[in-house]
Amino acid sequence: MPREQEIIVSIKAVTKSYHRGNQPVPVLEEISFDIARGEFLALMGPSGSGKSTLLNLIAGIDSVDSGSIVVDGVDIATLGEAELAGWRASHVGFIFQFYNLIPVLTAYENIELPLLLTPLSRRERRQHVETALSVVSLSDRTEHYPSQLSGGQQQRVAIARAIVTDPTILVADEPTGDLDRVSAGEILSLMARLNAEFGKTIIMVTHDPRAAEKAHIIRHLEKGLFSDVST
Amino acid sequence: MFLLKLLSRNAFRHTLRTLLTILGITVAILAFGLLQTVVGAWYAGVNSSSAARLITRNAVSLVFSLPIAYQERIRRIEGVSGVSYANWFGGVFVTEKNFFPNFAIEPQSYLALYPELLLNPDEKRAFILDRKGCLVGKKLAERFGWKIGDAVPLKGTIFPGNWEFVVRGIYTGAEKSTDESQFFFHWAYLNETLKKTIPRRADQTGIYLIGLKNPQSAAEVSLAVDSTFKNSLAETLTETEKAFQLSFISMTEAIVVAIQIVSFVVIIIIMIVVANTMAMTARERIGEYAIFKAMGFHGYHIAGMVFGESLFIALTGGCIGILLTFPVSRKFGEVMGNFLPVFQVDNLTLYLDVLFCLLVGIVAALFPTWRAVRIKIADGLRRVG
Repeated sequence: MPREQEIIVSIKAVTKSYHRGNQPVPVLEEISFDIARGEFLALMGPSGSGKSTLLNLIAGIDSVDSGSIVVDGVDIATLGEAELAGWRASHVGFIFQFYNLIPVLTAYENIELPLLLTPLSRRERRQHVETALSVVSLSDRTEHYPSQLSGGQQQRVAIARAIVTDPTILVADEPTGDLDRVSAGEILSLMARLNAEFGKTIIMVTHDPRAAEKAHIIRHLEKGLFSDVST
Repeated sequence: MFLLKLLSRNAFRHTLRTLLTILGITVAILAFGLLQTVVGAWYAGVNSSSAARLITRNAVSLVFSLPIAYQERIRRIEGVSGVSYANWFGGVFVTEKNFFPNFAIEPQSYLALYPELLLNPDEKRAFILDRKGCLVGKKLAERFGWKIGDAVPLKGTIFPGNWEFVVRGIYTGAEKSTDESQFFFHWAYLNETLKKTIPRRADQTGIYLIGLKNPQSAAEVSLAVDSTFKNSLAETLTETEKAFQLSFISMTEAIVVAIQIVSFVVIIIIMIVVANTMAMTARERIGEYAIFKAMGFHGYHIAGMVFGESLFIALTGGCIGILLTFPVSRKFGEVMGNFLPVFQVDNLTLYLDVLFCLLVGIVAALFPTWRAVRIKIADGLRRVG
């Protein structure tokens, strides 16, 4: 359960549609809900229901047609592209289905990447990276390249990269979608630990009911609308 | 530091493709450098010509000679500091393949007008005193292994017969552009022989070389010389040494222009090749650029990565090309020494090499950068996986 009921993400009347040719295709229609600080939210729904779009909007990598998304007091719908990039760097940690590590960088260097945008010194960056590596139990894999790591290990490196800047929210898009059952279980346990021990607010899109079980709240989306909420 | 590490590792992600692209740039820069050096060698005579010297020839054609009696009349013209004369001899050493320029000159006045021919005083004296002596350039002496005292026979083509000479001096050039492949001997030796064999061709010279007291007076002195011999049997045409040399170049100008065009076409081709490589690279990495942007990296960071990689490849290939230009041009110069005696890579060629490397790197990165910077994160992420 969330440790506090302070609202960290407030979504109000968000509408989003894509265009296929000249034809608008509505994806989200007047969506409104809040996410409390320290909450672990799972967004579920069939393909095309709008859950990844909603996640992208919350993470500031896509823009709303109308409505507002306030994260930690900032209405990100009003931010320009450059401001939004700066905001993402300090407030959002991304975990992707396919890990999305940079193949030419070692695990250490991949985790260090987001810190290059901060004013931290090299020594301070090293401390942060080592802490993140120890959280994901990969301190012995610092010099390994992604191709030398298993899928589960790569996802743990991606998680370390996501948490190394201590972001306000962690967004995860199908984080176990490319993993075997054992590795998926390890990743979900790690995410649950990040939420429980470190109080990280996590918003996760998943198809997997077992993954959703780790969340405090499960919201079901269907055709751009919430159809069900379970806790 | 991190960016450099990322650039170099990214550049060699497709090792073969990158190496082939670098090789292409290396060959292009090498070809450009060599072709530009060929053009430079073509103009070497023009570049080494002095503004303080005039050349007078027969107004009808260089083929026709001038009476030797003109020398004293030219010397008396206001503004003239010295006069000498020379004849193109056109002799052949053993075989016609051994081509080198050879002239019959009046030694004392000629050497006085050409201080860029550096010569040991003893050798100079020996050359002046020996009517059958010859003076050869250092490169020419090295080419045939001639030493002081060696006998050198030339077979005359314009002036028939076998001509015997003794090497009395070996000169070096004061400037890099000074031709060290020339052969000089006494005009008097030629003239005495002609008096015996072909008397009607004696007491003639091909050109007069005129030293000026003041280079600014070149036009006035030229006019005065030509006026002096107006309406004579052998009217003269006087021009600066540079104009005289350029008149030779103009005969082959089309070839020089063709070489220049080819050298620039080579650069344009490699620019297209690198642009294609960078476009492929950027297309493959669109997903990665989206990840960088998602993490908060700005468009200029992405642009830096694409431009950096493109410049890294272009400059690596360019540097290797420039380094190879020196030994290759030296070898090329040895092979082509007969025709292009002054074959040296000049600074302008090196500056152009660097400029074109930068230009190739920048132009090749423009379109890929535009695509990479404009990619929407959500669209880019959809391409991953």
